[in-house]
Amino acid sequence: MSHAIDELQAIIAELKSELDEQKTSSRQAAAHRERIERMSAEVVDSNPYSRLMALQRMNIVKEYERIRDKTVAIVGVGGVGSVTADMLTRCGIGKLILFDYDKVELANMNRLFFTPDQAGLSKVEAAARTLGFINPDVRIETHNYNITTVDNFDRFLATIMESGTVAGQPVDLVLSCVDNFEARMAINAACNERNLNWFESGVSENAVSGHIQFIRPGDTACFACAPPLVVAENIDEKTLKREGVCAASLPTTMGITAGFLVQNALKYLLNFGEVSDYLGYNALNDFFPKMTLKPNPQCDDRNCLLRQKEFQARPKPVQVKEEVVSDEPLHATNEWGIELVAEDAPPSSNPEPAAPAMEVGQGLKLAYEAPEKSSDDAAAATVTAADETSLEDLMAQMKSM
Amino acid sequence: MVDDSTRKTLSSIPLLQIRAGPREKDVWVQRLKEEYQALIKYVENNKQSGSDWFRLESNKEGTKWFGKCWYMHNLLKYEFDVEFDIPVTYPTTAPEIALPELDGKTAKMYRGGKICLTDHFKPLWARNVPKFGIAHAMALGLAPWLAVEVPDLIEKGIITYKEK
Repeated sequence: MSHAIDELQAIIAELKSELDEQKTSSRQAAAHRERIERMSAEVVDSNPYSRLMALQRMNIVKEYERIRDKTVAIVGVGGVGSVTADMLTRCGIGKLILFDYDKVELANMNRLFFTPDQAGLSKVEAAARTLGFINPDVRIETHNYNITTVDNFDRFLATIMESGTVAGQPVDLVLSCVDNFEARMAINAACNERNLNWFESGVSENAVSGHIQFIRPGDTACFACAPPLVVAENIDEKTLKREGVCAASLPTTMGITAGFLVQNALKYLLNFGEVSDYLGYNALNDFFPKMTLKPNPQCDDRNCLLRQKEFQARPKPVQVKEEVVSDEPLHATNEWGIELVAEDAPPSSNPEPAAPAMEVGQGLKLAYEAPEKSSDDAAAATVTAADETSLEDLMAQMKSM
Repeated sequence: MVDDSTRKTLSSIPLLQIRAGPREKDVWVQRLKEEYQALIKYVENNKQSGSDWFRLESNKEGTKWFGKCWYMHNLLKYEFDVEFDIPVTYPTTAPEIALPELDGKTAKMYRGGKICLTDHFKPLWARNVPKFGIAHAMALGLAPWLAVEVPDLIEKGIITYKEK
């Protein structure tokens, strides 16, 4: 009996020392590098920025180090947002602000960035840990809430307006990596209201197309100016069954879209190359449509109209040769045959002017028809708020039904 | 696009007029009154036609809604809690109706038990801003969802009848 106990104790001691060994080695592996005060261009294996600083030597970017003064807000840290955050972190961005209210799930493992051991953690928390490990120089701020509710929207506004590189200043750029229309419209409303430039990005629910769109309030079409522009996939709609799941996803399409997004964000932040206003990706035939969308003078967002007025009043840079009257081509080249045509739908009986129908470029389509000002689906009576009954009475009436 | 019975239901719900979201405090109260008027009419219609199927109420600000909905299957009543927030971008974007107790039980839901709507819902909503309100979202979104999903969930044994 005592012999058996001795044997067991010996085994326990052995296992303990093994465990200690494991712990020490994993701690060593997880050792952080020290923060680096200044980006160096010195080409040594130990410099994490040498390949980025080489962009200067190759005359691609002037003063790459300016990236450390930039703050980017990423809304949605899913398949596209997490990879976007990863790329910006590796590029040495000054500060990242992450918004998401979701948790990491094993169902996310077909995408990049998150690992199975992070399942159950909030996406922003899991991302912040990994990103801080990859590059401790990046300041990371996390916000774990849904931005579309009334209370949270105000917190979101305050954050993007005041959590910039210098406290109290707005962020340099907002990147939308969300997966739903409501959140996109909320970001659109915020950026129109506060005049912030932002990129919208998206991957289709069947995972075979994606796009990015640069929205400069008043200058380019906002997200509410027209129905969302999506890449046409040339799949018969009827064959698109939606049984079982809400959405499919591929790491490839999401990685490519994130790559487009960060590439254009870098070009904008560091002022090199040409920033695309709209860039689409059709995975089925590797087609990449590109275009520019003008803002809609009848946009439903009144802040968009306000920004349009401001933009029109602002003097334009001299080299803009596209400054022509409306009946002339807006662009010298039009590779994709993109054109805007007048409304040719049957005239509406409603006196309100309808939004001009848009002819979008080859390989692109609107996600749905533009809102009609007259309704054909319901010919019901309207209610009037002028009714004498008070709101309290109505609430009570509803409750007692 | 929409079947005849839904179309008929829809056409008897009063349309709303005021385009205002919850951030526009003064006008929102007017919109909220319209919402309640339309909902009251819709529930009255349902009662009259013997198809009463939900109750809703909101917080004082009208930004958070909650209540019950039920579905009759083989003469048994299956009841569920329903809840949703009014998004800041309402009425441009529809509310995302959720049945939290069914979260994780069907693939046709997003996180938090938000129901997956058909391809038709959002375009139809978008074309009818600001005339469609909460009553329309219930009729066009939740009602058809329950009609398809509940019998399926019962058949699969995922939900069972509870005596009240």
